[in-house]
Amino acid sequence: MKSSIRDFQRGRTILHCDMNNFYASVECMNDPSLRDRPVAVCGSVEMRHGIVLAKNYLAKAYGVKTGDVIWKAKHKCPDLVVVEPHYDQYMKFSRLARDIYERYTDRIEPFGMDECWLDLSDSVIPADGKKTADEIRSIVKFELGLTISVGVYFNKVFAKLGSDMRKPDATTCIPYKSFKKIVWPLPVSDLLGVGRSTGDILSFYGFETIGDLAQAPERFLTDKVGKNGLMLKAFANGEDTSSVKRSDYISPVKSVGHGVTGREDLRNNEDVWKLMLELVQEVGHRLRQHGKLAGGVSVGVRDCKLRCCEFQCRLPLPTHSPMYLARAAYSLFTRRYGWDLPIRSLTVRAIDLIEDTSDIQTDIFTDPVYIDKMEKLDLSIENLRERFGDGIVKNAVLLGDTKMPEDRELQIVMPAGAFM
Amino acid sequence: MLEKTYVGVSLTVNRRGDVRPRTIFWYDPEGEIRKYRVDRLKHVCRAASTKVGGCGMRYTVVVDGRETFLFEEDGRWFVEGRA
Ligand SMILES: [Mg+2]
Repeated sequence: MKSSIRDFQRGRTILHCDMNNFYASVECMNDPSLRDRPVAVCGSVEMRHGIVLAKNYLAKAYGVKTGDVIWKAKHKCPDLVVVEPHYDQYMKFSRLARDIYERYTDRIEPFGMDECWLDLSDSVIPADGKKTADEIRSIVKFELGLTISVGVYFNKVFAKLGSDMRKPDATTCIPYKSFKKIVWPLPVSDLLGVGRSTGDILSFYGFETIGDLAQAPERFLTDKVGKNGLMLKAFANGEDTSSVKRSDYISPVKSVGHGVTGREDLRNNEDVWKLMLELVQEVGHRLRQHGKLAGGVSVGVRDCKLRCCEFQCRLPLPTHSPMYLARAAYSLFTRRYGWDLPIRSLTVRAIDLIEDTSDIQTDIFTDPVYIDKMEKLDLSIENLRERFGDGIVKNAVLLGDTKMPEDRELQIVMPAGAFM
Repeated sequence: MLEKTYVGVSLTVNRRGDVRPRTIFWYDPEGEIRKYRVDRLKHVCRAASTKVGGCGMRYTVVVDGRETFLFEEDGRWFVEGRA
């Protein structure tokens, strides 16, 4: 590393703030009766498909893991309290935490709903990383009743590593002089950017720790890991100069999708259309809740041999109308799916979300009046459903068998690991 | 055991936007409304209620000579009430 880069780097103070067991902590915060019990936040609670999305420390002590199916988690921990996710609450607490961080800097880059990097380098008052981190921790605890872990270093990658090292409610500073002693013995999978498959490759060849990766031959990395290999090696050596990107607060929901595994396989377009109509109701509902419009739609298909494919297209005009989404999804699907095999599961996702207050460029081939009408219709349906339950209004085609199971696994997809 | 007890509140807002709770309306189990006059507002801050859950603006008020927390959370008001 050139000394000028090192000097530039060492002048920075970067915090990584990570809310501990975020979903589970919010649930325990809002309902104190949960606090002394093992708790898991699970999707699709009533049904067999439900999985653990988050758990508190008491549940963790029983070996309950994120991704466990509910029955398995309950087997490990018979007293487990299973609660449904409350995304509106998670968004609220995410925003409130962000409000606190903003008292210190406007250079804040969110990473998922519960994590943020803060760059304090340009603060008016010279920043003492540790002191500020401790202060933020105690404010979050006082104002939100939640604990965070903070990592302090002069780059993002090790700041994140630091926040993972001690939990909950702790500050971890990694001193520059001794970073090798602290960081290098850690498993390579702890390093940001090392996903499951890269981790598997590295450990297959005997590179188990971050130190191993730091010293791995470059040829090996480019050959076996690919183009990210050298970047990861640089990370392991503490060479990460990426900046904390000032990003405006946007709702952390990047896409809203709804998918199900059918009770039986879908065999033709009609089956798919019926299921899509059902799926888009939930998607449209979620978009409204989050105040978003879909700029595009994506259809995910898993066939009966469990092979997956995904098709995407942009919409001529952003919308949250379920009917409009269904039509776009269906037309995309019929254009792209060749029906080699019956379909086991189907997901419809609204993507390229924008705030629904935004000015939208219209396109002369789309009739905004028509879309507006459909949205008004959808809105009245939505109101009826709210007042009388989901079953009150259904598309006529849905009166038949939609091959839809009773559960509805809702997926809100958080930003992917695009951090560079 | 304390629980989150939602209450009605009458309040005043001055030109600077400062909010002052004046009266707290508590609904007893029989549905009777009891009024409590806020004698003094001692302190306002953002805070979580560690006792009953939730977070928002916390008003430290004096009612009947006793200091009490009154919270405003997403437009609703609550006290840490006795069950
Ligand atoms: Mg977290």
